[in-house]
Amino acid sequence: MTNEEIKEYITTLAPAATFDETGEWLNIMVTAEELKPLMLALRNGKMQMNYLFCLTCVDFKTHLTMVYHLSATSHRQSIVIKANLNLEQPVIETVCDIWRTAEFLEREVFEMFGVHFTNHPDLRKLILEDDFKGYPLRKDFEDPINMIKL
Amino acid sequence: MYNQTEIIKDTSELGADGELVINMGPQHPATHGVLHLVVTLNGETIKKIEPHLGYIHRSIEKMCESLTYRQFIYVTSRMDYLSSHINNLGCALLVEKGMQIEVPDRAKYVRVILSELTRIASHELWLGAMAMDLGAFTPFFYAFREREMITDIMEDTCGARLTMNYIVPGGLMYDLHPDFQKKVKAFITQFKSKVTEYEDLVTNNVIFQSRTKGVGILSAEDAISYGCTGPVARASGVSCDIRKIYPYEVYDKVQFDEVLETAGDSFARYMVRVKEMNQSIRIIEQLIDNIPEGDFVGKTKNVLKLPKGEFYTRVETARGEFGVYVVSEGGTTPHRIKFRSPGFSNLSVLNHISVGSKIGDLMASMGTLDLVIPDIDR
Repeated sequence: MTNEEIKEYITTLAPAATFDETGEWLNIMVTAEELKPLMLALRNGKMQMNYLFCLTCVDFKTHLTMVYHLSATSHRQSIVIKANLNLEQPVIETVCDIWRTAEFLEREVFEMFGVHFTNHPDLRKLILEDDFKGYPLRKDFEDPINMIKL
Repeated sequence: MYNQTEIIKDTSELGADGELVINMGPQHPATHGVLHLVVTLNGETIKKIEPHLGYIHRSIEKMCESLTYRQFIYVTSRMDYLSSHINNLGCALLVEKGMQIEVPDRAKYVRVILSELTRIASHELWLGAMAMDLGAFTPFFYAFREREMITDIMEDTCGARLTMNYIVPGGLMYDLHPDFQKKVKAFITQFKSKVTEYEDLVTNNVIFQSRTKGVGILSAEDAISYGCTGPVARASGVSCDIRKIYPYEVYDKVQFDEVLETAGDSFARYMVRVKEMNQSIRIIEQLIDNIPEGDFVGKTKNVLKLPKGEFYTRVETARGEFGVYVVSEGGTTPHRIKFRSPGFSNLSVLNHISVGSKIGDLMASMGTLDLVIPDIDR
């Protein structure tokens, strides 16, 4: 599929989606509410995006952005789905029932950025200890003991 | 992380079906690093495995946010320390892609040869350690005999035997050691004459086969869904070799086969890695006599600044797809960097492939996933 066809297809699924073609792959920005139905359609619909190869979050100081890199083993085309979240109460629906690799990746984003994934089966800290305070990969994180900036 | 330690004093509190929780690790001879598994057992049958990570967490992603594009490459050698050249290559490719730096042919050839030598060294270590987990001690010495030659070559080339740093944005740090080609050729001769010994000692060993065949079966759909890559996915018949799908450097000019097995069990994962070593030798043989003369590093600016935007590169390490995702604001340091490490996704499948099998089989399943803990914790 060309980028134009994908754009047309996504617009029918998520009318509010905006596109960005400046990077290597097509970037699709959706709202947090639209994300789950769109992901389900991308996985099970005609695009068959069965391989989630990267899931992460970026702190832009004013907001957080969830970034999902999707690909398919049949046609090898990659697209990037993004959703903005507010800093105070970042909440988004989980995708780990669609791609099971998301279970661990979302647990990592949960402890590092404080994003809450609704309907996640086991949302606990994975790498940090249970009583760790703060979200280390956020830009406003300060560590009183260890040096984290040069 | 797991903080609570419960000592069960009264066995009447156990579940009706005799459920028992065992802590495997963080210091356990078969976990090869500080991996902590909380295994729930019913008799000898595994009901659930929960990995608890973070014993070697250094937050490399946070560290990289304050390092420049020349500096952050050195930290990545400390993630998957058995694939350090390939990790460095992934990061160097990202900077070169972002800044459109031309890399001389000589550097491209050397980078591929070093990547393949690293892959063989990693698989050799895995082979020895994996056989040792299953109770065969001797293959460890056989594997390390050949690995030692690669380590010597690496020491000549870049001065280090582990956590090597040689690949920089634009090419290589310095020119090749004069003995490089001679030593690599000696290694190829030695490896080819000795690789049959692995077959006799391990592959055709009836105890090894009965302990690995049919153990830890992973289907192709699950491998994709769990994000497995590298030999783990290829043993289930999923074609996922980045060197074939998205060729980088000179991989599109060399002849080699992507090794695929279909059984998806521990023995298939073992076979993929052993066959991959032979393919790596094939790649090195095609390149070692044809390293072009010329510059070893391209022209770069003193201060590297990536343009504003997002960049992603992926390379095939010994464990699978290693991805680097950088969000740049246009400065000298990345705004956010994310390493997609293959071990992290491969670990997440452990619970799925082990549930229902006996605890003795866990060694075979875990050993053939080839987990490197610093790569998972980062």
